[in-house]
Order: sequence, then structure tokens, then C-alpha cells
Amino acid sequence: MKALRNFLDKVKPNFEEGGKLSMFRSVFDGFETFLFVPNTTAKRGTHIHDCIDSKRVMSMVVIALIPALLFGMYNVGYQHFLVNGILEGSSFFDLFLYGAACVLPKVVVSYAVGLGIEFIVAQFKKEEIQEGFLVSGMLIPLIVPVDCPLWILGVATAFAVIFAKEVFGGTGMNVFNVAVVTRAFLFFAYPKSMSGDSVWVSKDAVCGLGGGTVVDSFTGATPLGQAAVAQGDVVMTNAVGDPISTVDMLIGLIPGSIGETSKIAIAIGAVILLVTGVASWKTMFSVFVGGALTALLFNSIGTTPIMNISWYDHLLLGGFAFGAVFMATDPVTSARTEIGKYIFGFCVGMFTIFIRVLNPGYPEGMMLAILLMNVFAPFIDYWVVQANINRRKNRAKNNAFKNINA
Amino acid sequence: MSKNSNVITNPLSKNNPVIVQVLGICSALAVTAKLEPAIVMALSVTVVTAFSNLVISLLRNTIPSRVRIIVQLVVVAALVSVVDLVLQAYMYPVSKQLSVFVGLIITNCILMGRLEAFALGNKPLPSFLDGIGNGLGYGLILIIIGAVRELLGSGTLLGFRVIPEVAYEYGYMNNGLMILPPMALIVVACIIWVHRSRNKDLQEK
Repeated sequence: MKALRNFLDKVKPNFEEGGKLSMFRSVFDGFETFLFVPNTTAKRGTHIHDCIDSKRVMSMVVIALIPALLFGMYNVGYQHFLVNGILEGSSFFDLFLYGAACVLPKVVVSYAVGLGIEFIVAQFKKEEIQEGFLVSGMLIPLIVPVDCPLWILGVATAFAVIFAKEVFGGTGMNVFNVAVVTRAFLFFAYPKSMSGDSVWVSKDAVCGLGGGTVVDSFTGATPLGQAAVAQGDVVMTNAVGDPISTVDMLIGLIPGSIGETSKIAIAIGAVILLVTGVASWKTMFSVFVGGALTALLFNSIGTTPIMNISWYDHLLLGGFAFGAVFMATDPVTSARTEIGKYIFGFCVGMFTIFIRVLNPGYPEGMMLAILLMNVFAPFIDYWVVQANINRRKNRAKNNAFKNINA
Repeated sequence: MSKNSNVITNPLSKNNPVIVQVLGICSALAVTAKLEPAIVMALSVTVVTAFSNLVISLLRNTIPSRVRIIVQLVVVAALVSVVDLVLQAYMYPVSKQLSVFVGLIITNCILMGRLEAFALGNKPLPSFLDGIGNGLGYGLILIIIGAVRELLGSGTLLGFRVIPEVAYEYGYMNNGLMILPPMALIVVACIIWVHRSRNKDLQEK
């Protein structure tokens, strides 16, 4: 640590005004503040500082995402070996290495494109590099199917960073969650590589790992996709056609987007976020409550197969849990007032189930529900603050009357 | 003469009806998924603005100010009907693609705007040129949007394949979002972005 600090202090003059490398000042600044908490403080006004600045908060979210990422890698390998009928005789490391070879390029592309744009913009506007993309860059590879081509991922990331974030003024100013915009762009622009039955399981060998031929009973549809098109009773199966239970969905060895399948890995991330106080339990909790209550409502109507899925299955299907834990709680784009967080979360959960049940064309309602509520978050905050002001005004008025009468 | 040429060139950039005055956005989103309907629409609007400007300018001293909107509507409606019938007669497939939007030229804000702001107070020749200029300014933007959307959304321009088959074999895919109206809005925004950054005097404080 000491050596790193000394090295940074030694090269720093090169990057300052008039130094040899002053044009890369924002890049150097970005890395320095990423490695060490900056020692600058606010010059005027009263501020309360704790030791956690926004780069440290972002790092915490990335740490919370790591269980989902690692499990995602393992699951990609597991699905591949399962559908090619070579699961017997393959070790844990075979599976994991195959998955890593599939997933890591996506992480690299997402970070390279997103951070590249951030660096260029920061250099252009002569501002510091902002840290918001640290989290988005990790979220993006986790919410796409494993067969999503890398160039499409790059295009979508660039689109989202430019049009959902930079045009609004960069980190902290965006109206929409950048990762969700990336997914929405992919979903509408390249539906063939984002939805359907053939993109959720990697079937070909990667870097000489894996291989073999796909077994005959291969289906490849996600449980959510199966539920959306089900006729009669909903029977969900895994990638080779064996039926799966609620417990399987909890563990997560099922086809789906890379990071969303294992609810246990997501729960570990949720605990990390809640213990460190990065995410609000109010938002997270009310998303689940909203989803569960809406599912119960549809259960009581129960005219189509997908309406009859039990509420706990609804919460485990698709990206519901992942969205609730990592995306609805985004501090920038969700509601900021305490009561607003309940309303925001509840509506996200409610609309997710509404979209999922009433429009089988878009089985993944989480993405659209979050984007919709992102738009309304400032309005919810305004309404909550205004209601508080009115209540206090009324109280002051009543107290004044009492004092006069007394 | 330089004044007349100004009347034509001004609406192309500095006073463009779509990207500076932000008029006629609706049809700019609706008909630009392909380049061909965009060009036909651009020509139709140019013809209608030019001739309605000319007619209203000729009548400008005889129209009572109280009923001028009705007179303008009658003139525009007549011209739009003529254009619509000509398209149906000679370009039936494009006419079907444009469907209701040819008829809706009558509600295009650019038309009424030019009639009210220019034709009622100017002589026939400048009015005619102003109509052509505004129609072309509108058409220019339409054609840019149409070209971008067709190229990226379908890989073609005017129906001819531009992006080679080889690219598709290597995994290139058309962008489905380009066909949908939201992307037209974003393309308009990008054009405005580029235009404003080149013309500092148009930037709002």
C-alpha cells in the first residue's frame, strides 16, 4: 500500500497542469481516487463526512455482485455440459472454466466500452472521471443471455451510456438505470439474440473447452418463457426436459440470463448490500411485497395458466429477484424519500407481475417495470415532500387556533 | 435577388422547420422507417407549401382577416387532395405506405406557420420561394432520418441491399429498434445535437 502511494505521488506531477502527460489528467485522477480515498474536503458550508465516498459505495455493489457472477459462470458451464450429455465425468473445474470462458469476454467488453466512453467524455469536458459505470459495467453482462454476441453487447452499452447517462449530465444525473436501458435496447433492437428459446444455453465449444453434440430432448426455453406460452397446467422443465421444482429455481441450475438464475447467490449479495447500508431494505422489501400481492390477486382471477403460478414461484421466476435487489435499489434512479421508497418498490413489483401475466409477448416484466417507475420516481418524491409540508402547515394552523382559544 | 435566395437557404439550416423550430415532428417519426416514403413525403410537402404559399400570397389583400384560417385550410386541403390523388395514380405502393400521412399534411404545423407568418405579408414570388425553402428544409431532415433508419434497420437504401451478405454471415444483425418510432426521435435529437454544436448562436443559455 505504502509503495503504491509513493509511486502515485512520484508520477503525479507529470499529470498536473503543464506536466508532460497533462492531457491524461482525468484518467490519472480516476485511478488515483479509485485506489485511495481522496483527501480533499468541501470548502464551505457544513458537511458530514464519513469514510465511504461514492467510489467505495460502488465497489461494495460490485463485491455484492460477485456471488451471482461466479455462480453464473458455473451455471453456464453446467447447462452446456448438461445439454451436450457430457455432465458425467466432468469435474467442477471443467464446468467453471467453460463458463468463465463464456462470461469473462462479456465483462471485458462491457467495461471497455462503457469506461472508454466515460474517459473520453471526462477528457472532453475537462471533468473528473465519474465512477457510476463501475456498477453498470458489472450488471450488464449479468442480465444478458449467454449467447448474446459481443459486438451487440458493445453497441448496446455504448447506446445506454451515451443516451441514458452522458446526455443527462453523467453519473448521478441519469433518469434511467443504465444497465436496464442496455437490456431494453438489446431486447427491442436485437430480439433474436435476446429472447426466444435458443439463446439461454451455450451449445458450442469455447476456447477448446466443452463440445459434443446436443441431446435430443433439448428445449432451451427458460422456465419463465415456458410459463408464458403454457397451455393448461404450467409444467416447467430444465434444458433437457426434466421437470423442475421451486427448489431448483432457488438454487438456480436452470437456463436464464447469466446472473439471474441463482436466488441464493442473489440473497448473499442482498445481505452484503443491506449490512453495509448501500441499498435500502425498504425498496427491496416492497418490491417483493408488491410482486407477491399482485400475484395473489391474479391467482384469485386465475383464467390463464400464467395467472395460476403461485406467488413464491413468481418471485423466483426470471429476473425478478435480481432486479429487486440490484436494480430497483439504484440510489440515483429510485425514489429518495423514505415513504417514496415503499411506493416506488411496491409499484415496481406490481407492474412486473402485471406485464408478465397480461402480456406474454414480454415475459420479462422487471426491466420494463423498473424503467417505467424510474420515470415516476421524481414525481413520487415531490408528492411525498409536498404531503409532508401540507401536514405540517395544517398542524401549525391548528395549534395557532388552539393557542388563541386557550 | 440575394433576399430571395436567403428566403430559400435560411430554412435549410439556420431556421430549419424541424430541427430549429421543432415543427412537423410527428410525420418525421411516422414516415421515415424507409428512405423512399421519406423522399416522397418530402416532395409532397414541398409542393404543397410552395403552392399554398403562392395562392395565399396572391389572395392576401382580398382575404378578410377574420376568415383567413378557413380560406387557408380550403387552399391547403385542395392541394393536399391533388397530391394524394397523383400519388395514388402514379406511385400506388408508396401511397399505401404513406397511408394517412399524406392526408395529414394539412395538419402539418409548418404549412400553417408559413402561411400565417410569411405568405400573408409578402409578395407572391418570395412566398413561393419561402414555401420551397421550408419544404426542402423539412425534406432534408426527413431524408437524413430515413437514410439512417433504413440503413441500420433494414440494411438497405431505397430497397437496394447496401450492407453485404458477408456481414450477415459473420453475425451482423439489423437493428430492430431503428424501425420503431422511438429511434426516429433519437436520430432527430442527434441531428439537433450536431447542428447546435456547429451553430453556436442557436444554443440556448
